[in-house]
Amino acid sequence: MNELASVDWSRAQFALTAIYHFLFVPLTLGLSFIIAIMETIYVATNDHAWKKITQFWMGLFAINFAIGVATGLIMEFEFGTNWANYAWFVGDIFGAPLAIEGILAFFMESTFFAVMFFGWNKVGPKFHLLSTWLVAVGSNLSAFWILVANGWMQYPIGMHFNPASARNEMENFFDVVFSPVAIAKFLHTVSSGYVIGALFVIGISAWFLLKNREVLFAKRSLVVGASFGLLTSLFLTISGDESAYQVAQHQPVKLAAMEGLYKGESRAGIIAFGILNPDKRLGDDAHEFLGDIELPYMLSLLGYRNVDAFVGGLEDLVYGNAAHGLPSAQERIDSGKIALKALSDFRAAKAQNDTEAMKTHEAILQAHMKDFGYGYFEKPEQIVPPIALSFYSFHIMVSLGMWFIVLFALTLFFTLKRDVQTQKPLLYAALWSIPLGYIAAEAGWIVAEVGRQPWAIQDLMPTHMAATHLGSGNIALSFSLFALLFTALLIAEIKIMLKQIAIGPNGGH
Amino acid sequence: MRLLLWVFHFYKDGFMHLSLGKTLWKILFVKLLIMVVVFKLFFFSTTLNTRFSNDDERSDFVLENLTKEKK
Repeated sequence: MNELASVDWSRAQFALTAIYHFLFVPLTLGLSFIIAIMETIYVATNDHAWKKITQFWMGLFAINFAIGVATGLIMEFEFGTNWANYAWFVGDIFGAPLAIEGILAFFMESTFFAVMFFGWNKVGPKFHLLSTWLVAVGSNLSAFWILVANGWMQYPIGMHFNPASARNEMENFFDVVFSPVAIAKFLHTVSSGYVIGALFVIGISAWFLLKNREVLFAKRSLVVGASFGLLTSLFLTISGDESAYQVAQHQPVKLAAMEGLYKGESRAGIIAFGILNPDKRLGDDAHEFLGDIELPYMLSLLGYRNVDAFVGGLEDLVYGNAAHGLPSAQERIDSGKIALKALSDFRAAKAQNDTEAMKTHEAILQAHMKDFGYGYFEKPEQIVPPIALSFYSFHIMVSLGMWFIVLFALTLFFTLKRDVQTQKPLLYAALWSIPLGYIAAEAGWIVAEVGRQPWAIQDLMPTHMAATHLGSGNIALSFSLFALLFTALLIAEIKIMLKQIAIGPNGGH
Repeated sequence: MRLLLWVFHFYKDGFMHLSLGKTLWKILFVKLLIMVVVFKLFFFSTTLNTRFSNDDERSDFVLENLTKEKK
């Protein structure tokens, strides 16, 4: 297996693992809060119908949790074997949040998870309720630490590179934890999980109404699901706006790819709908789109909170735009090569125990460290991510997000009007929107991760330099086995869930 | 001691009265077995920690990768 193939297989394997893992995670994040709200209503009203409602959704939550738990463990294995350069280079910055996540996940979630499931007749209702809330909070706190680690990869901050150890060392824990990128990423990711949880609840409730079964259960679930969904989908829009703002500040190439923006402009519009021209290349005069509908000024507003602001296009960011203070990628490549040479020289000086030379080379390295990763590229065009995948994923995510707001608003309106059971098209739409939630969430991750290519760590480490192939096993074979295992788990989850849903809330669990 | 006994019985009774949960535990067990035994053992057994005995060697390996000239 040559080096390129090894890197590509490692990337494919990681993408597959992450995509499957994120099929299980968002439902845990969202459904846990919906269950906690339902149980709160039960404890507040002592109405046993609410207890049955809570227990039904808790059963589905358990199926998802049990099948999905530990699927993320494989990513840890992959970091160690396939991405050892990366794992070493990030040092304790990546390790600390993941360690905190592990401890929290183990102690908080698993302890209170047991009380939630085994404790209905063993502990008081208030303690049980507290446990349910703590499971929800614990799951979301776990997500927080994972997203702090991911946020750092998108916007490395709060660290210092030590050339002697080849590791980044944390200088300020709070800079890492409260990085604006990490916070925006956390809020946007968990709120997408809340929306998926709400879609799941209203979709299944709609199915019961279409079957004219468990009507009281379904309507009550719809009220909670649609209210929670409407609030969180509105919040998803706000957190998405903040995420896009952070992308504009720290990953402008990603923003340009997301919008198919080749030539930068002031008062830039956002593409509401567009078909990219597949023949368009950087620097040519072909039009970017075969057809598009643009909302004027919106991209400048989104990216810089100013309708007059200039938004750099791919050509400005690759070839530079002095008028707007944008350096060319070539300038950064040259600077990166100085940093790489300084690291090599530092290493040679260290081998000779020449401390003076080490100091000199380290000073040069640190002066050019912000461009370190660019040193691995030969052509400026190499910094451009896959444009079509970033663009379409972004627009699919945004379009579905808008649809979910409409769906939740209509569902809540007709449920409160006590007329929802007659709205058959709406009920079918709710049912068929369950998979759309997952498509939107996965599209969001594709924007985040494909859009930041070619970087594993923004500006510091390109993906191809992050990879190693330490293991003796064949990556293509392990990729196939992963695909098989995860697909089997997904089929098992869907089959068990469908069986449990068919039994309904009065069939016990 | 009483608390520990209570916790023990809490878990014991909980697991004994599982219905759907038994299927889920079986899936969980098989999944972890495949992940930890098959994947870890056959595909991901080698890491910097297992290949090298100290941090200096690990640093050297990564520095070598980061600074090697393109052929």
